[in-house]
Formats: sequence, C-alpha cells, structure tokens
Amino acid sequence: MKRILSILIENKPGALARVVGLFHQRGYNIETLNVGPVFDGTYSRMTVTTRGSENDVEQITKQINKIIDVIKVSDLTEGEHHEHEFILIKFNKFKQTTKIQKILKSLHGKMLEKNKDVIVMSAFGSSSNIEAAIKAIGKTNLLEIARSGSLGLHEGEKILKI
Amino acid sequence: MKLSGGDLLMRALKDEGVKFIFGYPGGAALHIYDSIFRQKAFEHILVRHEQGATHAADGYSRATGKPGVVLVTSGPGATNAITGLATAYMDSIPLVVISGQVQSHLIGTDSFQETDMIGISRPIVKHSFMVQEAKDIPRIIQEAFHIATTGRPGPVVIDIPKDKTDPSQLFEYKRVKDISLRSYQPRVLPHPGQIKKASKNILSAERPVIYAGGGVILGNAHKELTALNKLLKAPVTNTLMGLGAYPADNKYFMGMLGMHGTYQANMAMHNADVIIAIGARFDDRITNTPSMFSPNARIIHIDVDPASISKIINADIPIVGQVRESLVALIKEIKRSKIKIDSEAVESWNAQITQWKAKHGLDHELYLKKTKSKMIVPQVVVQELYQATNGNAYVTSDVGQHQMFVAQYYHFNKPRRWINSGGLGTMGFGLPAAMGVKFAFPNQEVVCVTGEGSIQMCIQELSTCLQYNLPIKIININNEALGMVRQWQDMNYGGRHSASTYSDSLPDFVKLAQSYGHVGMKVTKQSQLRKTLDKAFAMTDRLVFVDVYVDPNEHVYPMLVSPNGSMKDMWIKKNTKA
Repeated sequence: MKRILSILIENKPGALARVVGLFHQRGYNIETLNVGPVFDGTYSRMTVTTRGSENDVEQITKQINKIIDVIKVSDLTEGEHHEHEFILIKFNKFKQTTKIQKILKSLHGKMLEKNKDVIVMSAFGSSSNIEAAIKAIGKTNLLEIARSGSLGLHEGEKILKI
Repeated sequence: MKLSGGDLLMRALKDEGVKFIFGYPGGAALHIYDSIFRQKAFEHILVRHEQGATHAADGYSRATGKPGVVLVTSGPGATNAITGLATAYMDSIPLVVISGQVQSHLIGTDSFQETDMIGISRPIVKHSFMVQEAKDIPRIIQEAFHIATTGRPGPVVIDIPKDKTDPSQLFEYKRVKDISLRSYQPRVLPHPGQIKKASKNILSAERPVIYAGGGVILGNAHKELTALNKLLKAPVTNTLMGLGAYPADNKYFMGMLGMHGTYQANMAMHNADVIIAIGARFDDRITNTPSMFSPNARIIHIDVDPASISKIINADIPIVGQVRESLVALIKEIKRSKIKIDSEAVESWNAQITQWKAKHGLDHELYLKKTKSKMIVPQVVVQELYQATNGNAYVTSDVGQHQMFVAQYYHFNKPRRWINSGGLGTMGFGLPAAMGVKFAFPNQEVVCVTGEGSIQMCIQELSTCLQYNLPIKIININNEALGMVRQWQDMNYGGRHSASTYSDSLPDFVKLAQSYGHVGMKVTKQSQLRKTLDKAFAMTDRLVFVDVYVDPNEHVYPMLVSPNGSMKDMWIKKNTKA
C-alpha cells in the first residue's frame, strides 16, 4: 500500500542524507521525495512516498524518528489528508497539442512557454490524476517531464508541530 | 583566555571527565596531537591499529559504563575505525570517535588521505558531526557525549578538518550548563497505564519467563531486575549481551538462551505463557523462526528504543522507557496490586524447568571427569579458568566457538564482567577490549579468551600491552581451525572444510608472545591445564599468553535447528535432536 510520510527535520548539512540513507539501510524504497526549508529556515519538511504494510510503515516511522536530526514524522495516509504533485512538461508543438492541452486543463494546466517548436506547461493535481494524465499523453508525445513528487498535509487542524 | 581549536577540544574532553583516549596520529590530526602533548587531564594510549583503538575504548566503556573516546586521523585512520564503530553500534555502546579530516578547502578534491568519514560511517553511528567552525567544538563535544550516553546509547563521530584546529586561530571556550536538543528527547519514564497492564498480566501468569538482555546492563538496572524476581520467583534467562545482568548462581537462573542457549532456557521460552522481555531485542539468534516463536506467550517488552519493540516479534504490552525507571515502576505496581501471582503454579513451572535441566542441561563438572578424548575438551578450559579465577575475572572474548563456551560455562554473577561483540560478531575484539578494561581496572584480573583465528586479527596490540605494561591473561583455545565455521561445515556441508583450516601455517604463539616481550605457555594435556593457568595467574605483573591445544572435533551444543525451527528444536549433541 502506498504511504505518504511527512518528516520535519533540522535544516543541517547531512540531515537529508541520513533520512534517505535509512530507507536503503532498512530495505525500503522511496518512490517520491520532496524537501524544502520551512518556518524560520532552520527546519526542513520532507514528503516521502513509499510502499509497505502497516508493520513496515510502523518500523520505518520508528527508525526515522530515531535519527537525531528528525523532529517529527507523520504517516499522512493514516488519516484524511491533502496530497498534490506538481509537474513541468515539455512537448513538441505539432504533436497533438490540443489533446495534451485538454488533458492538462483539468490539472490546472498553465502555459509557461510557447514558441514555434515546443510548448512548456505546468500542472498540478493528486498523484493518481498526474499519473493518469502522463499515461494519457503518451510517451511518444513527451519531450521532457519534471515531477515534484507528492506534497502532503493533514486535513483539518492537525499539523506537524515543532 | 582564548584557545585554539585543538585546545578547545582538550578542554571540552577534560570537562566531560575523560581519563583515556585511544588513538593513532596522522597528518590531519597533528594539531590535535600537539594539544594532547601539552595537556595533563587525560592519558593518550597509542595503539597499533585504529581498529584496536575503537575496541579498546569499547571495552573500557562496557566495563565502566562511561563513554569511550577514540582519536584517529583522516583517510585510512578513519576507515580502520569503521569495524569498531559498527561493533559498538550493534551493541549500543557509547563511544565518541574523533577523526581528523583534510583541510576544509581540500574537501571534495580527492586530496591526500581524504575520505568522507561522515558518509562512510553514517549507517553505523547514532549521530555524527562535521565541525564547520572551530568555535563550535566545545558545543559539539557536549552534544556528542550527551547523545552517545543517553537514550539507547551508541557511537558518535566528530569529523574535524585540520584547519579547525589551527594553533594560530584562537577562540573563547564556552560550556552550556544543561544540554538540550530540540530534535532529541529520549523517553525516560514509562507510561503508567502500560505498567498497570504489564503488572496485571505478569501476576496472572502461570508460566512466566524473564528474558533480560544487554539493556539491563547498559541501563544499570541489574539490582532492580533481581528485586523484581524476588517478588515473582520466575525463571530468568539472559541473552549473550545480558550475561551478568542476573546473577548466574541464583537458583532461578536458567543460563543463556538462543542459538547456543541452554535446553531449559529455550524450552521455557517456547512453553511460557508470559514473557517479560527487558532490554532485549528479539535478535534472530534468539527467536529462531519468528512465526514459530513461543506460540502461547503474551509478550511484555520493556525497551528504551521504541524501534526495538514489535520489530521482530509483536509485543502485546510495549513499555518504552529507561529499563531502571521502568522496573522501579513495575515493582511498585506489583507490590501495590491486590492480585497475587499463583505461586503454586510458578513453583510447578520451576519444577518443570529443573526437569528439563536434568534431562539435557549443560554439564558444569566436565573438568572433574576423565574424558575419552586424549585431547583437551575446550569446555573444560573455560571451566578450569572459572575455577582458577574464582569467577571474579573480567572476561573478554573474540567470536566463535570459544565465545559460546565462555557464555555457557563461565558463570557471571555481576554485570559488566563479560565483554564480547554480540551483535556484529567481530573477530579481533577480545585483546584490544581487554586492554580497555585493564586501563579502567588495573588491579582486577582481566582475561581474554580467544581462538587462534580471532587473536590473529588484532595480534599487533601485544605491542601496546608491552608499552603500557598491561598484565592481561590471554587464553588461546587453539583448535587449529576456524571452529564455528568448521562446525557449520560439519553439520550442513558434508564435512567439507572449505577455507577453515590452516594447521600447517600457524605461528608458534609462545615465541610470538615472547618476541613481544611477554610470557608464553603451551598446554596440550588436561593434566597440565590447571597448573599452567595457576602459574599464569600468579605472574601478576606480566602478560601471559596461554596457548591451549584442544580437540578440533568438538562442537558447541545445544544448537537451535534452523531453518524452519522453533526454540524448542535443538541439536543436543552430534547427530542428536532433543
């Protein structure tokens, strides 16, 4: 089962490597990974998606919590949550431009660049919708795609407290 | 007064109460070594290989409960320390390992003796620091000692680029009163609700077992463990790491459990209705096949590390907290409880264990008997050693058959007396670890029980022992083979001894010891054994290397049947299952 983990860590050199390394050390995989500084900039928030049973995720969560630089870990998939992924996509102008634009429209598609050869667009939506869109567009039409990986927050008042 | 980075380091180590540093100099650590030369707070011990430094600091820590401190240079100095770091990490031993690093501006350029120590050591440390500013050194040292020694202890690495200890750059020394880290607050006190639940379950048990591990020793909770069992009178077993946590001469002690545990301890674990796991982690050398583990037991698991709980075996009642605080709370709750344990049921359970012991228990009086074998039986060496030292020695060991024989036949009544590499199983550990113990307790008997395979992995430390006049006793159980490997090959590979023998190329250990300035003795007959040991121990101011030739065909039993076995499935002797 897919899991989305939100992790609050110290924004220090090496902290990210400790978290990422742990997945490999303990035999788990990272599907997507996103990280950026939050609050006063001395913290970073990571969103990691992985796959595993409830026991697996409990063990991953506990092991991540043991890392000294980690302040908080939460499995968003345990409760209601928001999940989004952001993509940038580049394709040839003459290849089914309208079809692609139509698909991306449902994902807040926005034109970033349009010249005689290529179009660059941004879009965002739930990971499953993003996956479906990429599939619908088809490999042959795509020149390039950059994905942010999942971003997530708990629904309601629940937050990752410092 | 302002101090250089190197002198800040000295001052910070002094303020942590450090008495010994085990190390080896080199280019990137030279500023630090000059600071060491100019201070008097602690003694630096020059080893012969950085692995020896880490094991010596580790042995010092296991015997004293204080953190061990290591200093190595960059590159090969750092990589040589890796095995010792992994050893300490697996057994949760608090070490602070300081490694020199190339100058900051050279990092990442493949400069001479450069290696990414932080990266290489990452999976085998509790935490690590790279010094970015010399002025941070005092704070980092304080944080490192705090992290290494609290919660579940472990090794911490501090990597210091050479320019951060430059003698011409001076800084103010600052030390904070109370160290606190926003991202690290290990739990000390157990949850009262869990203690209540645990007490209720324990008191309604008819076949309880206490399964106590190294956490009891690390958490200094051996007195509380004994106090708990004064109330319960339950059978107790210790893990390899836990030996000494519960007195071996106590009538409720069943011996070690697991792979080479006693028959009665493994049978008790399999047939228990309540298992009280205390500072133990259900290692695969304990549980055998997890799905077949103790089918009818409710598991109460006390551990300071939440990640140890329900990792291998699901805990019905998890208790996260320091072992001592948890046991104090549990004892209080049991005393207060209106329910009383069914002492008749527990008594008949103990009677059952006595029967198991009578049936297949270890024979602790082999040394009094005449054997069929012309050669010395290795178990007898340990039994004679126990007699010769009145059971009072600090015993370190290496890894393999000899280690298991000590665990089975040397009875440890006190914690911190049995010092071995349990988790990582590091050959080469025993001699340097014994050095660390001897520095801590110069007036105590320190014995390294080893094998001719293991001892050769850190044999160079015999030179360190001469330099610092360490009268350790080394008992080399010499079967002219990698005994445990050979045993597995006998049992599982049709007796094909692939790469496990070398009898025609072993050194003359007596001469070897002598060439290092020590005393060497050789024993080949059981009739000479005790006399030789007594002679060795009488030489109180000399290191004596006793090379004891034993029967190479001897195996360690009991041995759990694996794969697809439970704890009740054991080989009890050659070709015989219980």
